[in-house]
Amino acid sequence: MDKPASAPSGQPGDRPGVPEQRGDGPYLRVSDLRVRFATEDGTVRAVDGVSFAVERGRTLGIVGESGSGKSVTSLAVLGLHDPKRATITGGISVGGRQLVGLPEEEIRRLRGRDMAMIFQDPLSALHPYYTVGRQIAEAYRVHHPRAGRREARRRAVDMLGRVGIPQPAKRYDQYPHEFSGGMRQRAMIAMALVNDPDLLIADEPTTALDVTVQAQILDLLADLQAEFHSAIILITHDLGVVGQVADEVLVMYGGRAVEQGSVEQVLRRPQHPYTWGLLSSVPALHGDADADLVPIAGNPPSLINLPAGCAFHPRCRYADRTGGRSRAEVPPLGPAGEAGQLVACHLTARERTLLYREDVAHVGVAR
Amino acid sequence: MVRFLVKRLLSAALTLFAVSVFSFLMFFALPRDPVTGMCPKNCNPERLERVRQELGLRDPLITQYAGYMKGIVTGRDLGSAQGGRCDAPCLGWSYVTNEAVSDTIARVLPVTLSIVIPAAILWLLLGVGLGMVSALRRGTWLDRLAIGFSLTGASLQLYFVGAVLLLVFVYNLRLLPVPSYTSLFDNPVKWASGLVLAWVALAFLYSAIYARLSRAQMLETLSEDFVRTARAKGLTKPKVYGRHALRAAITPVVTIAGLDVGGALGGTVITETTFGIQGLGRTAVDAVRAGDLPTIMATVLIAAVFVVLANVLVDLLYAAIDPRVRLR
Repeated sequence: MDKPASAPSGQPGDRPGVPEQRGDGPYLRVSDLRVRFATEDGTVRAVDGVSFAVERGRTLGIVGESGSGKSVTSLAVLGLHDPKRATITGGISVGGRQLVGLPEEEIRRLRGRDMAMIFQDPLSALHPYYTVGRQIAEAYRVHHPRAGRREARRRAVDMLGRVGIPQPAKRYDQYPHEFSGGMRQRAMIAMALVNDPDLLIADEPTTALDVTVQAQILDLLADLQAEFHSAIILITHDLGVVGQVADEVLVMYGGRAVEQGSVEQVLRRPQHPYTWGLLSSVPALHGDADADLVPIAGNPPSLINLPAGCAFHPRCRYADRTGGRSRAEVPPLGPAGEAGQLVACHLTARERTLLYREDVAHVGVAR
Repeated sequence: MVRFLVKRLLSAALTLFAVSVFSFLMFFALPRDPVTGMCPKNCNPERLERVRQELGLRDPLITQYAGYMKGIVTGRDLGSAQGGRCDAPCLGWSYVTNEAVSDTIARVLPVTLSIVIPAAILWLLLGVGLGMVSALRRGTWLDRLAIGFSLTGASLQLYFVGAVLLLVFVYNLRLLPVPSYTSLFDNPVKWASGLVLAWVALAFLYSAIYARLSRAQMLETLSEDFVRTARAKGLTKPKVYGRHALRAAITPVVTIAGLDVGGALGGTVITETTFGIQGLGRTAVDAVRAGDLPTIMATVLIAAVFVVLANVLVDLLYAAIDPRVRLR
């Protein structure tokens, strides 16, 4: 059940054995995903009940600090967790196929073909001992067993050219250490896209790059998305990146979703104090250069021992306003007032609007 | 790549030159007169003086060293008392054994090669294999078994293991003949059956270290980003582990293997003694005991040649494995 190289991707029914998607339903649907790791110190609840969906041609930005569960979520979608160490429950549906509980071999056949991943640091994510081209060709051949060496090479050179690498035929035979940072990330993208995946997960794809190169890579991703019409998940802690490319945003904290909505809603009318904190700590490009940024006090919580109640309450400036509920109850993720926007916070909608206007709207990038 | 090779070979030649100078100076730095060790007991002063003359000990140091080196490269005439014409590589004449040192070496060197090379192949396969398996099956009984095996190997001594092997396979079960050396080209079966216990004993002890080292390396490599990338591409496990992880994990093992094999080729004294086989190692020890300086010098020089050659080989292997090395 190999996908012909020339077939246009995303056409329902071009893959026998896979249930057809109905209409234009989301290509990826994650529902109540929970990922737990048993360690000697206790159970790590790395992801604790997260749900989201991504349609083809759309980009979901997942935002959060390190340890918020964003990378664990994406690795779970690709089935890259060691089943001996991680317990995964909930639903992960890719192209209408349920992945949780699927045998490793079947998930492997999907990996790199239907869903692919771009990692944060392309220098360590590419094998130092093999040429860049060979690594791309290898990704192609594993899913096209009948493709010969020459065909795989042609395909890899073609992909290198498409991601904007000059002299792709010459670059094919070079090693990762002979590439610049930006070129390496382009090569990484070429490798991820070599099989025309319908879902692309980019885990902090620009974090290790120069700021000038960052924009190029983001543009490239957007162009390729328009061309391949794939669903993209972009994991980042950089709200600027999210504002630039995402359609929807999911804000994670302590393994849970604390706010979800369109990019316009989450960046312009954020509802959760944690999102406010993220926005207040990003410097604005316009206005007073001396205006103070407001960092979020404290540190991200330990996933083994999450604070009781709302996991954010020890760092929340407004925890006292909830009359002790923030210490006792986990706030459910519910409608935030606007259609499509969800928030997990004990504050009332009125309080949130008021506080945002008074305390947050004039700080940092939120302005 | 060519420049890299030339550079490596030049520095190897330089190292060998330094070793030859040092081992030559050792001849004179030793607290006792080199000549007393070279003639039988009750030497009279005239005989001693004659030996000194024959050895050229009255000549300046430089001349002596040049003569020694010339002997190695082109051969030289040592005089009638030392067997006359000595062909290259001439390593001098031993008054203890009464033969040219190069003849002694030619006899014992194949023995040591026959012990070390098969043993090294065995210990590398066994060690790296065990390390791989236990890394990939971390925490299972297989892993624990492998760790137990390597802990046992690391804490035992060769003479003990060798004695047990001899007792069981030679004296009790009578499966194998008493260890001895037969040339591989004369009789391969006898060659193997006479040395197999030495191979097993060496392989058991050495593979222990390699199992631990390659297990640790493999575990470290498995957590590398590029291994995750290989999995994310949808590669099968044999390709992820064999092609991507093993190649990166093997580099430190190659280094240690080079040092170990190079060192072992210089003589495996305990192994040779335990199994009663006369190789380079025992010859060196015998020479030290007898104060047989020309033989000592030759064994030191040969051991150094092996270590240096092994290091050059390691560097070449490194460059073959890791393309980044070729740039330096």
